[in-house]
Amino acid sequence: MRQRSDDPMGDTLSMLERDGALYLRLTGRWTLEVARTADRQLREVAERAVPRVVVDASGLAALDSAGAWAIRRTVARLDARGVAVDLTGLPERFHAIFAKVRLPDPSTEVAPPDRNPILALLENCGRAVEHGARVGRALLGFLGFALVNLAGALVNPRRLRVTAIIAQIEATGVNAIPIVGLLCFLVGIVLAYMGALQLERFGATILTVNLVGVSVLREIGILLTAIIVAGRSGSAFAAQIGTMKVNQEVDALETMGLSTMDVLVLPRLIAMMIALPALTVFGDAMGLLGGAVVALFLLDLSVGQFITQLVGAVDIWDFGTGLIKAPVFAVVIALVGCYDGLKVSGSAESVGRYTTQAVVESIFLVIVLNAGFAVAFAELGI
Amino acid sequence: MDTPTDDAAITVRGVVTRFGRQTIHDGLDLTVPRGEILGVVGGSGTGKTVLLRTIIGLQRPAAGSVTLLGQPVSWDGSSTRALAGRFGMLFQDGALFSALTVGQNIQVAMRERGDLPQVLMDELARLKVELVGLPPDACGKYPSQLSGGMRKRAGLARALSLDPEVVFLDEPTAGLDPIGASAFDELILDLRDALGLTVVMVTHDLDSLARICDRIAVLVDKKILTGTMAELARHPHPWIQEYFHGPRARAAFATVRVGGG
Ligand SMILES: Nc1ncnc2c1ncn2[C@@H]1O[C@H](COP(=O)(O)OP(=O)(O)OP(=O)(O)O)[C@@H](O)[C@H]1O
Ligand SMILES: [Mg+2]
Repeated sequence: MRQRSDDPMGDTLSMLERDGALYLRLTGRWTLEVARTADRQLREVAERAVPRVVVDASGLAALDSAGAWAIRRTVARLDARGVAVDLTGLPERFHAIFAKVRLPDPSTEVAPPDRNPILALLENCGRAVEHGARVGRALLGFLGFALVNLAGALVNPRRLRVTAIIAQIEATGVNAIPIVGLLCFLVGIVLAYMGALQLERFGATILTVNLVGVSVLREIGILLTAIIVAGRSGSAFAAQIGTMKVNQEVDALETMGLSTMDVLVLPRLIAMMIALPALTVFGDAMGLLGGAVVALFLLDLSVGQFITQLVGAVDIWDFGTGLIKAPVFAVVIALVGCYDGLKVSGSAESVGRYTTQAVVESIFLVIVLNAGFAVAFAELGI
Repeated sequence: MDTPTDDAAITVRGVVTRFGRQTIHDGLDLTVPRGEILGVVGGSGTGKTVLLRTIIGLQRPAAGSVTLLGQPVSWDGSSTRALAGRFGMLFQDGALFSALTVGQNIQVAMRERGDLPQVLMDELARLKVELVGLPPDACGKYPSQLSGGMRKRAGLARALSLDPEVVFLDEPTAGLDPIGASAFDELILDLRDALGLTVVMVTHDLDSLARICDRIAVLVDKKILTGTMAELARHPHPWIQEYFHGPRARAAFATVRVGGG
């Protein structure tokens, strides 16, 4: 139906200038193809200095909205410039489409306007800083709100949704056991191996056990576990809640008188506060196991020697300082995930954006808080 | 009726569609001549959307063949690419690209052609927005900034962006106000008359069916029955009887001649 002829203009638009008037004859199929090929020519005609233009449309075989638009635009421009235009012979069946093609306001934007790239960079920097400050404040507000609700729910346990909490513990805790275990084990091995290589030069390979014990229990176990969980579950929280926002499920909940906080946020928060410390203990154990494997097979220590050395090297506070951080990180990860999920609005695209944001923000906060803890513990001398 | 004729825009032969053990279509036949406005009706979940997806090459059936505008549909994307720009689809919930403005959504297919000047594309985008009855400032808005009915119109504007020969509309007037819905019907009629457009329209809107559809296809018992409104009104199938003679139908057809109905 829509062949491209080699010279579409030749048989669709012919022009003749006579007695001071310009005669245009439109023939054949005036579709998008012609609107494109005759575009330049028609724009020239529209600006041409002639007192009178006669358009003969009686030979039109087909007219689509693009073709009709091209004719309409030309006629309107000529008219606006004070040229007398006669449009004659438009076949009856094209009247409707021709009338439909009204002149839209040419000033409305189709795409967002382009901006000066340097100004845009500056502007984006400024916005990012201001945005960061606002997110920080809003997160603090959300933290307070969540903790008040958590306290309320603990006082009035009917508000706790046990099934949801258990499901979330399974998703964030139990299902994360393999990956947390494997990664902590591998990092324990690497740590012990690198430590042994260095300490060997001082003839102090036995201290590898101290190195692994202290760093795994105080830092590596909890930090690695928190980062894995932020990546797995913080993103899942944001994506789940965000999808519910887009589908207006969150609105539906509110409409039925249910509180988003109780239904969506608290189960995730509580589950995370249970799962993350438990995973941390497991991660610590696997990290030490990694160290032990290196000690037994590379350093030729016996199991007894390893245990004696380990017990002498670490005390309960090394374990405790690691574990104290776990509930704090749990709150951060769960709340950032839920907060970003609830921020989603409108399109599916924003689900992706806020999910990414949740992971970045929670890992950032976990590492910053961890540094704060390190300084605080050093000052306290524990 | 059995041999695909040249003037048929769409020919569907013996299509069987299954999801797992659930059979949706069982040997379904349909022929749509060029220039016809066909209304597709059927209860919820009878497979109207699936039928449209099958015809435009998105959903591979378990058996059967489809010819669209003379091109056998292959369900691997190649026939769809060969037909690019010659058919348009308005999805049931819009399916607008959320990262693009309405104007840019309309221009996606135009840009794909690669040979249209930007000025012309901008003009055409504004024109389509005007054509489907959206306010001009909708052109620069993102889909999430529009109401449900406006998104529907924007979806139609996108489906019409290259002035296709066939358009598939999945419940185009659901969610429109009655005035908007009848303006929409008028628009479809005008486009058909001016362009010889073929329209396949899933609708539950009895007014649209009565006003603009040349024939109606009813999806019952996993097959399709087609006929004019008058013919179907005499059909003995209980669902069809209920459909054309229920209280809503009587009100809608009170003003239209239903022939022997
Ligand atoms: N991807 C899919 N996987 C499994 N089943 C599907 C899938 N898509 C559709 N179905 C099933 O096919 C049937 C027909 O679905 P379809 O969307 O075509 O219904 P419909 O006739 O358009 O209904 P409505 O009027 O509600 O839009 C339904 O029973 C649906 O559950
Ligand atoms: Mg449907």
